[in-house]
Amino acid sequence: MSRVVRVAAGQGFWGDWLEAPRRQVEGGPIDYLMLDYLAEVTMSILQKQKERDPSMGYARDFVGAMESVFPAVATRGVRVIANAGGVNPPACAAAVREAARKQGVSDRVRIGVVTGDDILPRLDELLSKGHALANMETGAPLTTIRERVLSANAYIGATPIVDALRKGANVVITGRSTDTALTMAPLLHEFEWKLDDWNRLAAGIVAGHIIECGAQCSGGNCLFDWREIPDLANVGYPIVEAQSDGTFYVTKHPGTGGRISRHTVIEQLVYEMGDPREYITPDVIADFTSIKVEDAGPDRVRVFGITGKAPTDKLKVSIAYRAGFKAVGTLVYAWPDAMDKAHAADHVLRQRLERLGLRFDEIHTEFLGANATHGTLAGDGRDAPEVQLRVGVRAAERAPVERFTREIAPLVLNGPPSVTGFAGGRPKTEEVVAYWPALIDKREITPRAELYSS
Amino acid sequence: MKVRLVDIAHARSGDKGDTANVGVVAMRSEWYSLLARELTRERVAAHFRGMITGGVERFELPNLDALNFLLHGALGGGGTLSLKTDAQGKVFSTALLRMVLDVPDEEARRLNLPSRG
Repeated sequence: MSRVVRVAAGQGFWGDWLEAPRRQVEGGPIDYLMLDYLAEVTMSILQKQKERDPSMGYARDFVGAMESVFPAVATRGVRVIANAGGVNPPACAAAVREAARKQGVSDRVRIGVVTGDDILPRLDELLSKGHALANMETGAPLTTIRERVLSANAYIGATPIVDALRKGANVVITGRSTDTALTMAPLLHEFEWKLDDWNRLAAGIVAGHIIECGAQCSGGNCLFDWREIPDLANVGYPIVEAQSDGTFYVTKHPGTGGRISRHTVIEQLVYEMGDPREYITPDVIADFTSIKVEDAGPDRVRVFGITGKAPTDKLKVSIAYRAGFKAVGTLVYAWPDAMDKAHAADHVLRQRLERLGLRFDEIHTEFLGANATHGTLAGDGRDAPEVQLRVGVRAAERAPVERFTREIAPLVLNGPPSVTGFAGGRPKTEEVVAYWPALIDKREITPRAELYSS
Repeated sequence: MKVRLVDIAHARSGDKGDTANVGVVAMRSEWYSLLARELTRERVAAHFRGMITGGVERFELPNLDALNFLLHGALGGGGTLSLKTDAQGKVFSTALLRMVLDVPDEEARRLNLPSRG
C-alpha cells in the first residue's frame, strides 16, 4: 500500500469546540493536527488587543489547545500547524513555549514561526509606490479610509509553512496564512510535490477546503438527512488521508459521532464558493468542477481527479478599518396579534428616533419567528405565537447609536402590549470594524519561516 | 406535478463580503439534470426579488450534482457592517429550497420524485 499522510482538523474557527484538538490526537493515528483560527474580522480584533498590550494579538485558545496535545507532540511525533499567530506570531510562540516549559516538554517542542504577512507598517510605503490597494468589491482606493485602518495582512500560502517543517519545527504558528495552506503544506512537505505540479497542489487545496471548517464536513450543520446523523454530542472531526498522487480520503476516528459521506463532503465543498472553475490561492488555482467524490465505506469518502493551474501574480490582502458604530435592540411580543404588536412597536420607535433628530446610516427591522431570515418568502407570520422585534441601527458617530439604545426599554411600558423578553438590559453600542479586501503584487510580500528561540 | 425543492435537494450557503453563495446539491445523481434545467439564473433571481439588491450568477458542477449561485447585495453590506440576523448568509440555503417546481407527471414518475407540494 502506498504511503499515507494523515492531517486532522481540530478547530474550524476561533471559538470552536475546545475538546476537538485533544480528541483528534487521542482517537487514533494522525500525522498532523491542523487548527484554523482566523476569520475575516479576527485580525482586526487581535490588532486592537495588541495595541493595548504588545504581548497579545494572537488566538489565546491555541495555548490551551497545545496544553491538551503536548503529550502527542512530544512523544508520538504529531506535528501541529495553526494560523493562531494572528497579528503577533512571535508572542504566540512565546506563550506556547512557556506552556511547554510548565509541562516539562520544552526540549521536545520546536516552534516554527511564519511571518511576513503583516503589511500594516508598510502601508504608506506601498501606497506611495503606486499600489492602490483598491477595494475588490467597490473599486474605491484605500486612500479613502487610510486613517481608519486597523490591520492589513496579505494572505500567504503554503511554502513558508513547508520551510518551517523542513527546519525541523513540530509546531508551526502562522499569521494570515490561507486556511487551505494549513492542510496543503504538510502534504507538499511529506510528498515533496513540485511547486508547479498544479494538479497535486490543487488536490491539497481541496483537501484543505473540505476540513478547514472542522465538523462542518462530518455531520455538523449538515442539512442532508440531518435527523439521521448519529451522536452529534460525540461528533468526530474530519481527517484527510492523502496519497502522493493527490488522491485522498476523508474520514474520522472510529467510535465518534457524526457522519462522513459523499453528501456531507459535497455540502461542505460548495460552502463559500465563488466561481468553481477558479478557486484562487497563493500557490495554485483549483478547478472545483474537476473534483470526483465517492463513498468508500462507512464514514469514508474518496476524493480524486482534481486539476489545477498556475496562480496569479497577486496576493489577496485583508484590511480592517473603523467604520462607525452599531447597536441592536430586541423585545418579544406574544399572542394574540403578536406580529401586529411588534410592527406597531417598530413604528413607535422609529417615530421617536426621528423626533429626536438622530441621524443613522441605516435602521434595520426584523421580526424573528416570522420573517427575519427568509423575508417575504416566509409568508406574513400574522398568527405566530410570539415574535421577536429586532431593530438595529448603524451610524458614523457613537452618539445617535447610544441614544437609540435608551429607546428600547421604554417601549415595555409605553408601547404596544404583551411585551416581554427584555431581561438583557440596554443594547450595547459596538464599534464597527469593517473589512476591505484588496490585491497586491506578490513581489512585495516576502514570507519568512524561522525556528523560535526565546 | 408540484415538487418541493427541499424534498429533492440539499444546500449550504455562506458569504463573501456583501455576496451570499448558495450551493444546491441534488439528493440523487439522477435528479441533477432536472435541477440544472429548472434552476435558471432568471428563476433564482425572481425567487429572491426584494431580498437582494444586486444580480445573480450561476455555475454548474455536474461532477458534484450541484449548482452554485452567487447572490450579490444579499447581506445588508456584509460582514460586520450588516445589521441582519443572517449577516453571513448562512440560511439563504433553505430560503432557496422553499422553491416549488412544476414537473411533468411522466418525468416525475420516471425519476421517482417525492411529491408533497
